Amino acid sequence: MAVIKSIHRIRRSKRAFPVFTARIRAGFPSPAADYEENKLDLNQYLIKNPPATFFVRVSGDSMEGAGIHDGDLLVVDRSLEPRSGSVVIAVINGELTVKRLRIRRGKPVLEPENSKYPVQEIKKETEFEVWGVVTNVIHPL
Amino acid sequence: MGCGNQRHSSVIGPLFALVDCNNFYVSCERVFNPKLHRRPVVVLSNNDGCVVARSEEAKALGIPMGIPYFRVRELLEDHQAAVLSSNYTLYADMSNRVMQTLATFTPSFEIYSIDEAFLSLQGLSGDPLTIGRRIRRTVLQWTGIPVSVGIAPTKTLAKIANHWAKNHPDLEGVFDISRTECLPSILEQIDIEKVWGIGRRLSEKLRPLGIRTAWHLAQANAGWIQKRFSVSAARTVLELRGQVCFRLEESPEVNQNIMVSRSFGQPVRTIEHLQEAVSTYLSRAAEKLRQQKLCAQILTVFARNSPFGSAPFCCPSASFIFETATQSTLEMMKAAQTLLPRVYRPNIAFHKAGVLLSGLVPADKVQPNLFDNVSVRRRDNRLMQVLDRLNAARKQVFFASEGIRQPWRTSFRCKSPAFTTRWSDLPIVS
Repeated sequence: MAVIKSIHRIRRSKRAFPVFTARIRAGFPSPAADYEENKLDLNQYLIKNPPATFFVRVSGDSMEGAGIHDGDLLVVDRSLEPRSGSVVIAVINGELTVKRLRIRRGKPVLEPENSKYPVQEIKKETEFEVWGVVTNVIHPL
Repeated sequence: MGCGNQRHSSVIGPLFALVDCNNFYVSCERVFNPKLHRRPVVVLSNNDGCVVARSEEAKALGIPMGIPYFRVRELLEDHQAAVLSSNYTLYADMSNRVMQTLATFTPSFEIYSIDEAFLSLQGLSGDPLTIGRRIRRTVLQWTGIPVSVGIAPTKTLAKIANHWAKNHPDLEGVFDISRTECLPSILEQIDIEKVWGIGRRLSEKLRPLGIRTAWHLAQANAGWIQKRFSVSAARTVLELRGQVCFRLEESPEVNQNIMVSRSFGQPVRTIEHLQEAVSTYLSRAAEKLRQQKLCAQILTVFARNSPFGSAPFCCPSASFIFETATQSTLEMMKAAQTLLPRVYRPNIAFHKAGVLLSGLVPADKVQPNLFDNVSVRRRDNRLMQVLDRLNAARKQVFFASEGIRQPWRTSFRCKSPAFTTRWSDLPIVS
């Protein structure tokens, strides 16, 4: 079963500023200066809502079918509403786990993406809560 | 009818909301460790000293705020409570997230402390109560931190509304005091000491005069209060009546002094180590002083042994009065040097030391002394500005007198046996 190993807080990246390579002389501004754009910022790409976004690390292989491997980093956005089919971080009986959420006949079910593991049905007495919705996997090759 | 919430909808007039995180440190821990839910949890100050945060379950066990840990250790163990040492890095980050979330509701808000913010609701459209509930829901979903929201026409009443919301579960964490017909009966139930900006010392003076509750204070003659006590206290009277005196970023005078004190990681026996510790605390206190744009007239240095050891308890202290109130670390360090021999005693194992800055005045209202050396003062000020800028994010520059190895330093790694056992008790978020 895939479980979360650790949770990292996000450090705000130092904004990358474009470096002006052209020397600017009085009276002759660089013709390239007008075309400067912001540097590409991965934080901006991966994080839509910074106060609600957390990083977690995966341990285990229960979500391999979804491309989530042991040791991967997940980007989790707590402000998104979980839907049937979302990959979520869930709290189940006091543990944090990553699974695919399905709503079957109005009841939530946690599906692993690895046939080695069983589907977890959420019974009435189960302590269950969706902690956040996974938006991205960061997987080193 | 009861003292509940009534709905009302339109463009909102002058109205404040105080958003306060419930049991903030404990709530931060719970976000990442769900096993801490539904059991007593306490967070301890540095060095396992005192209880600085309690979950509702811990409060129900009768554990008071600020109590030394060892006094409640057995009680906590008996109830399988989780005992955590404080993780300020985590709390600061979570606080930022809460504040960023609040900023999405209104641009006019004031961060009042690590876990509290005042929001101005003026100009927003809709029902204040509904907005309050949305704030609570959003902060909880985005950050996992439960908050209470108190809504009122003044900041002082918003504090009371928040207190009311926290203590009445049927309100579900949100209370709008401006729409209640029970304001007098609510104020009658608020002890005078609990009123924002009144505090213990002033309440001790007010009680013999028959002013025992917020209601009594609201009924008092503001002019008389001002003459007898302070302008600030008189403004509190008006605020209780719904008249705005404190805007965002304005607060009643509460900071009468600045204290920095810590327990040592191991007992201190030499004057050199005591001096290092005092210098370190002083440098922090002076930094706080400058952050608040204040100058101090009086510096007090104190040290004490453990009040629970076999040796008789002693807490020597000595004070220095500056001719001109100062905010220069250099000047204070010089003064501290002269005080130290009066505080230090051989044969005493010091357990804690601290510095207290009092007689605080706003930096721009300092009365200069006739013989004051203005050029030295100006030079010092510039140096302090540079120092504060360098140390703003992380301490990079320090005074040699603060010492380098600092063997006395408060240990952040908790050594108390109960604490270590609790760590293994806390499942790793695996």
